[in-house]
Amino acid sequence: MVRLYYIIRKEFIQIRRNKAMLPIMTILPIVQLILLSYAADNEVKNVNLDILDQDRSVYSKQLIEKIRISDRFNIIEISSSMHQADKLMQDGEVDIILAIPPQFEVDFHKNKAGDLQLLVNAINGQQATVGASYLSAIIQSFNQEIRADAAPSLAMTGSMPEPMPRISTEYAYWYNPDLNYKYFMVPGILGELVTILVMLLTAMNIVREREIGTIEQINVTPIKKWQFILGKMIPFLILGMVLMVIGLTLGKLIFDVPMRGNLAIVFAYCFVNLTAVLGLGLFISNLSDTQQQAMFTTFFFVIIFILMSGLFTPIESMPEWAQYFTIPNPIAHFVSVMRAVLLKGSGFADVAYHFQVTAILAVVFNTLAIWSYSKVS
Amino acid sequence: MPSEIVIKVNNLTKKFGDFTAVDQITFDVKVGEIFGFLGANGAGKTTAIKMLIGLNRPTDGEAQVAGYDVYRETEKIKQNIGYMSQKFSLYEDLSVRQNIEFYGGIYGLPRKAIRKKTDEIIQKLGLQDRAKKVVGDLPLGWKQRLAFAVAGVHDPRIIFLDEPTGGVDPVTRRQFWEMIYESANNGVTIFVTTHYMDEAEYCDRISIMVDGEIKALGTPAELKAKFSSETMDDVFIKLARG
Amino acid sequence: MHRTFWAIAKKEMYHILRDTRTLIILFGMPIALVIIFGYTISNEFKNASISVIDQSRDDLSKSFIEHLTSSGHFRLVTTGKKVEDLEHAFKAGQIKMGVIIPPKFETQYYRNNTVTVQIITDATEPNYAATLNNYAINIISSFNKGDPALSSAPYRIDIKTRMFYNPELVGAYNFIPGVAALILMLVSAMMTSLTIAKEKETGTMDLLLVSPVPPLIIILGKVAPYIILSFIDALIVFAMGYYIFEVPILGSLPLLLLMSLIYLMVALSLGVLISTVADTQQTAMMASMFALLLPTMLLSGFIFPIASMPTLLQVISRIIPATYFIDIEKAIMLKGAGWEVIQQSAIVMVVMVIVLLLITWKNFKIIHK
Repeated sequence: MVRLYYIIRKEFIQIRRNKAMLPIMTILPIVQLILLSYAADNEVKNVNLDILDQDRSVYSKQLIEKIRISDRFNIIEISSSMHQADKLMQDGEVDIILAIPPQFEVDFHKNKAGDLQLLVNAINGQQATVGASYLSAIIQSFNQEIRADAAPSLAMTGSMPEPMPRISTEYAYWYNPDLNYKYFMVPGILGELVTILVMLLTAMNIVREREIGTIEQINVTPIKKWQFILGKMIPFLILGMVLMVIGLTLGKLIFDVPMRGNLAIVFAYCFVNLTAVLGLGLFISNLSDTQQQAMFTTFFFVIIFILMSGLFTPIESMPEWAQYFTIPNPIAHFVSVMRAVLLKGSGFADVAYHFQVTAILAVVFNTLAIWSYSKVS
Repeated sequence: MPSEIVIKVNNLTKKFGDFTAVDQITFDVKVGEIFGFLGANGAGKTTAIKMLIGLNRPTDGEAQVAGYDVYRETEKIKQNIGYMSQKFSLYEDLSVRQNIEFYGGIYGLPRKAIRKKTDEIIQKLGLQDRAKKVVGDLPLGWKQRLAFAVAGVHDPRIIFLDEPTGGVDPVTRRQFWEMIYESANNGVTIFVTTHYMDEAEYCDRISIMVDGEIKALGTPAELKAKFSSETMDDVFIKLARG
Repeated sequence: MHRTFWAIAKKEMYHILRDTRTLIILFGMPIALVIIFGYTISNEFKNASISVIDQSRDDLSKSFIEHLTSSGHFRLVTTGKKVEDLEHAFKAGQIKMGVIIPPKFETQYYRNNTVTVQIITDATEPNYAATLNNYAINIISSFNKGDPALSSAPYRIDIKTRMFYNPELVGAYNFIPGVAALILMLVSAMMTSLTIAKEKETGTMDLLLVSPVPPLIIILGKVAPYIILSFIDALIVFAMGYYIFEVPILGSLPLLLLMSLIYLMVALSLGVLISTVADTQQTAMMASMFALLLPTMLLSGFIFPIASMPTLLQVISRIIPATYFIDIEKAIMLKGAGWEVIQQSAIVMVVMVIVLLLITWKNFKIIHK
């Protein structure tokens, strides 16, 4: 164990002595966590809306008012011609056009039905599509109001039928009743940042010693391969865990992210996950001839891992074949576990699947790392 | 037993594809000897040394170092040898003390021994004032002496030196050789490659390698006599011209 | 002078060409990214796993569940008996939504004329939850309407939603420009900062710097090959967009390429700037990762709309070159805009190049006085 102690100590001295690296490894990720959590805010609010009101009736005014008081929409313009509305959308000024046809109110009474149209600028992704969802919910509730309003007038004509059976709905948003988007993003981003950081650092580590030539001096010593790999891993494991503590603290202080579950599960998982990621990083490092190569290989994986981790877009929406690719993706598991435990209070049994898969990944990656580290050329 | 053989090499060969870097070399090195391994750049010295210390796997032939086989027992060999490479390979961003301690640790010395050994080395090199300084800031001559000391931190039976004195002035080289002599007097076998022919004179026995083959082997005096030359330089040039 | 330039550029090119793996990654990366964005990532929410707790198990509840699952939005994965079952399924991440049908569903429905179904969504992901909730409400009201017991529900407002700008391919309109911006930044900025840092680390930089060639020529010679490489990458992205995802290039192609070149210059100057500060490749890499790559990905409006960011970040997004480049790309490719429309963004990028080069110049002098 003396050997291990000295390798670990050496890595720490090197980390500490590198004046440029230290702030990059500690301060930058934290700044990123804060910045990105604000940036990666897909909360649908301030959706730019153009209402094409061709009716100009009491109903249309009521509907517009109802939309105005909801805090999710910016009514940019009340247009009177389709041409005008179209142009606004083309210029990217509006995300959604709500078209109220002429004679809407009159037809509603006459035909006992009305038609509204939503034209959604789908380029803006979730803002527009989710915005359309919110808008139709507002219209539904407006519908209920005017239906009640229309019913007495029906009764007067004597054609009021028997009250009709219908199913009403009651809904609840669990775990995040205010639909706070940051609660969703902060844990995920934290997991992602910690993973990228340690993976990049380890991937460049061994190959750096090879490039500078110091590895040769190590290779003529009787050090065991696993001792060397472990000695390279532990410092970064510690670094990752420390960042995790800082990140969670900031998440609580700045964003008030709920922490419903047992934090011990979070840290235990973080430990397993980092072990896996470090193994992968060292494996890449062993296979690379230059730091540049190591870095680009890592980047290739990291970008794919991030995009397919469910961090920004739901895994369930991916085609089935693509979902299989999330199984060997450590970031995907990290993001899931962080969200489940922190936000939903999931227990160990609930996330056991992720523990199992990640543990297998850890064994595989580290075996590869030890196997690929060759003291003989 | 002064005549005990500590390195035994028999027809050792290394090929890289079609190119034969080391071609069936055969020699023995005795305990406490300073064995000079001479040759021009690219003659195959470094490849040969790397096979003996377990960094390269031989293609063919046999060799035992410190009684262990170079194919199967490389890790045992490593416990018994020290190595200083051509290129300075201590950590430039670690201090003198940290480097010594680190290698002491890697070789698995107990903590107390590491501390004692570190103090000893710093004392011997006269680096007391600079022990806490980063190695990268030392002059080359100091770096090389430090590297030699570190190669011997675990009291190995053999120390391999691959062109240890490249790029330093004659005075510094002289100091370096004094360190080598001291180790040899303590019973450590020294295996040193060089292309400085004056250094060859300091060796007990030398071998001269040309194009991957050993073309001459013996004490400096024997070789000079054999090739009827005044200096080792002469011997070398005669051999190199073939 | 230009001979030295070519000598260095050639040397750098040899380095690049010899490293097959990096080459594969350099050209594989844009392809992989386009495929991921094109085929796997979707902002739509479909196929959501749900659980139904049917406390009635009568004919009406059965046909209600049938109606819910036949919509294509939901996939029934579990059924439970009580609310606790839902909680468990949520925590284990098995479902995104739960529907609770009360006891005596059918009886209440016909006797009281109204019966309430509870919809519970996992709102850890707010947009997903809101969308599912809305789907469910819509489906339930269509069930009301389609109930054979009713002829038609009067006084209903029908909402027809139409996605503009070719809904299926719309993702490509957004990601092709984004991927191009990302790849150009990745290859040119990171590669150059790394390759210069490498020469510093291994000490070969000194060799070059003691030569009588002005340092700027050396640097330019080193980065020239990367200009070619990243330009090829950009072409790959545009071509894949055009041929596979039918992303048009309505405007002038030469103008688009010229703008790509200017953006490339910005990226290169950023790379060179980083390398004047960073002494090791690790530092250069970390700096470009956290200062260039992540912001380019996340603050440029590529993945997250700038409009919904807090003011401070909107300001920051204005100093990110990719923001301007993506604007320009979209204008030229999708709207067929000409120079008049994009000139403002183009000028900003040119100013960025000049400022960055000046800072680099100054830094360089300090280091090699």
